[in-house]
Amino acid sequence: MRDLFSYLIKRAAWMVLTLWAVYTVSFILMRSVPGNPFGGERNVPPAIERQLMARYNLDAPPLQQYWDYLVGIVTRFDLGWCMGLEDYSVNQVLAEGFPVSATLAIFALVFAIILGVSAGVVSAVFRRSKADVALMFAAVLGIAVPNFVLASLAILLFVFMIQIFPAGGWGTLQQIALPAFCLGLPVAAYIARLTRTGMLEMLTKDHVRTAIAKGLPYRTVIMRHVLPGALLPVVSYLGPAVARVLTGSLVLEKIFAIPGMGSHFINAATQRDYTLAMGMVLTYTVLLFVMNTLVDLAYAIIDPRVKLQ
Amino acid sequence: MNSDAKREALERILAESREIRGVSLWQDAWSRLRRNRTAMISLWCLMLLATLAIMTPLLPLQSPIDKDLSQRKFLPPNVGTVVMGSRPGLKFAGGTLSGQMAEFEESIRAMESKAQSTSDPKERAKIKQSIEDRIEVEHPFNQMWNDLGPVAWWMCEMRVAVFGDYAIPSLFGTDKLGRDLLARVFWGARVSLIVGIVATLVSLIIGVSYGAIAGYFGGNIDAAMMRVVDMLYSIPFIFVVIFLVTFLGEDSVKKKLDSIGIDQITIFYIVIGAIYWLTMSRVVRGQVLSLKHEQFVDAARTVGASQTRIIFRHLVPNVLGIVIVYLTLTIPAVMLFEAFLSFLGLGVSPPDVSWGLLVNDGVQAITPLKTRWWLVVFPGAALAGTLFALNFLGDGLRDALDPRMKNRT
Repeated sequence: MRDLFSYLIKRAAWMVLTLWAVYTVSFILMRSVPGNPFGGERNVPPAIERQLMARYNLDAPPLQQYWDYLVGIVTRFDLGWCMGLEDYSVNQVLAEGFPVSATLAIFALVFAIILGVSAGVVSAVFRRSKADVALMFAAVLGIAVPNFVLASLAILLFVFMIQIFPAGGWGTLQQIALPAFCLGLPVAAYIARLTRTGMLEMLTKDHVRTAIAKGLPYRTVIMRHVLPGALLPVVSYLGPAVARVLTGSLVLEKIFAIPGMGSHFINAATQRDYTLAMGMVLTYTVLLFVMNTLVDLAYAIIDPRVKLQ
Repeated sequence: MNSDAKREALERILAESREIRGVSLWQDAWSRLRRNRTAMISLWCLMLLATLAIMTPLLPLQSPIDKDLSQRKFLPPNVGTVVMGSRPGLKFAGGTLSGQMAEFEESIRAMESKAQSTSDPKERAKIKQSIEDRIEVEHPFNQMWNDLGPVAWWMCEMRVAVFGDYAIPSLFGTDKLGRDLLARVFWGARVSLIVGIVATLVSLIIGVSYGAIAGYFGGNIDAAMMRVVDMLYSIPFIFVVIFLVTFLGEDSVKKKLDSIGIDQITIFYIVIGAIYWLTMSRVVRGQVLSLKHEQFVDAARTVGASQTRIIFRHLVPNVLGIVIVYLTLTIPAVMLFEAFLSFLGLGVSPPDVSWGLLVNDGVQAITPLKTRWWLVVFPGAALAGTLFALNFLGDGLRDALDPRMKNRT
């Protein structure tokens, strides 16, 4: 138990340090753009410009701005106002986008785990069969084909040629299915390969041989004795998988016009909405950090040999 | 007599030893790689691709930037003949590229002879200047291609000399502005491959130096350097880079960088390279840690080699094997990242083309009424195929250079 606490404290300290570094770098970048963000587009009257500057706290000296913004984030979780979207605070955008992206990511991950593990088990159990070769070829394909190419092909095929899915939008299960599929497929391919390797290794272990020798049904041996051990590498891959799904959702949300965090982030980047982009970067950092910590914890619970450090 | 016999015996042994061929690590790895069929096929495909990308200006392709909105918009793949420079809007002499070139060179020559005949040096300089201006604006090459370098320019001249006005028909169809997709895929290959290679080299230089220095000095220096790497690892770099690109895309920043002579693509190489060095540095550090107590390092130190020399002459060449493996695995990652950013509209910007940009154009052109599949399928296939081959080659190299596999079949 003490292990766990000291581990969590250590991780939290690292996270704070990382966040601070990210914040500082993005703040410096943001403020080193010459001029102010409102000057370029149209000529605003000086009074209005003063108001705008005051709203975004741009009239304070840089160090004061840095400090105010930091205090705002730490004490109130207040990431400020968006520079691009009028009358939206960064927190509001996050609150709108997060549930959408989270739903998409969960669907994609669940789909990836189910498909990946079953494909891996099948190809390991029927090793060197045609099914094995076909599945592993598909897995290599899934790893190499970028997910935006996959998504474009999927739209061509399943939206326009065989019309079974809607082209975009958000809300119904039908609208979630295709993006989640495209998002999850590369992860599924990787999980399938990991599962297969793990299964093949476990199948040669002594305890498995004993289980078969004492006459257990093959299915039980696979399910009870082989699969749990084979899934360990898959669990440790879940951290990178979350990162991959989050990055992938940037493009997929754009392609399928889903109003999630990813599309907001891309819009913020293309429209130079600095406060929103910075808030998003910080949020993504926290998300990935928390997910990685959870995965590490899960790994330590599943496998007693692993020590948290 | 005795000494003669001895010498003979010695020479026999020497001759015998000459018969024996040592197998170096590289020969061994190469022979193992040659037996790996998928890796070899990938290697050949990649070499073919690289050659074609280098030779692109020599190939009789259509213009990648010449727009024809009235007649050639969204043509599906076809084999209809195309003559270079025949679009009426170009107003080329005789409706051909070579005809226009002949006429243009004629007029330039007239101007040059005028420059020769004038005695006033000021007047001559003025004419020379106007010749240069005319070449920049009116030369048919600058209307058909975008920003050719000196080598590519020469290759284009060769191409006109060899193929004349022949151009390969639009086998891949045309895009929303009537540009030939085949030519764009080829020109895009150049950008995608160069970004992949240069960014990987940047990451190689940073990663290997950083890892080698940390591993060689060890102790507190190593601990501090590796903590920095740990921290960088936990930053979601893709998001930070997108943020960075936003900042670099700002007009005033762009102008400032242009004045120092750095354009966007260069920054792109550096930024991408600068984030992909982390794994490389860890791997190199681990290797150096285990190598630095070997005898050859002690020997180098004894004869008075400097630390820089030991690191870069004695240690780094010995980690080359594993570095090459990581290199072939970094190139596809970098290319994918470039395509990803270009796809989002944050990477290579028109009139340059890259595969990511082409796929993005393709996705934009899909509408419920018309499925213009060729715009997605061809660039997508080019990108996926290249990544596929690079992954296979990387896997093959990893197996081939694995020291545990030595002398095994």
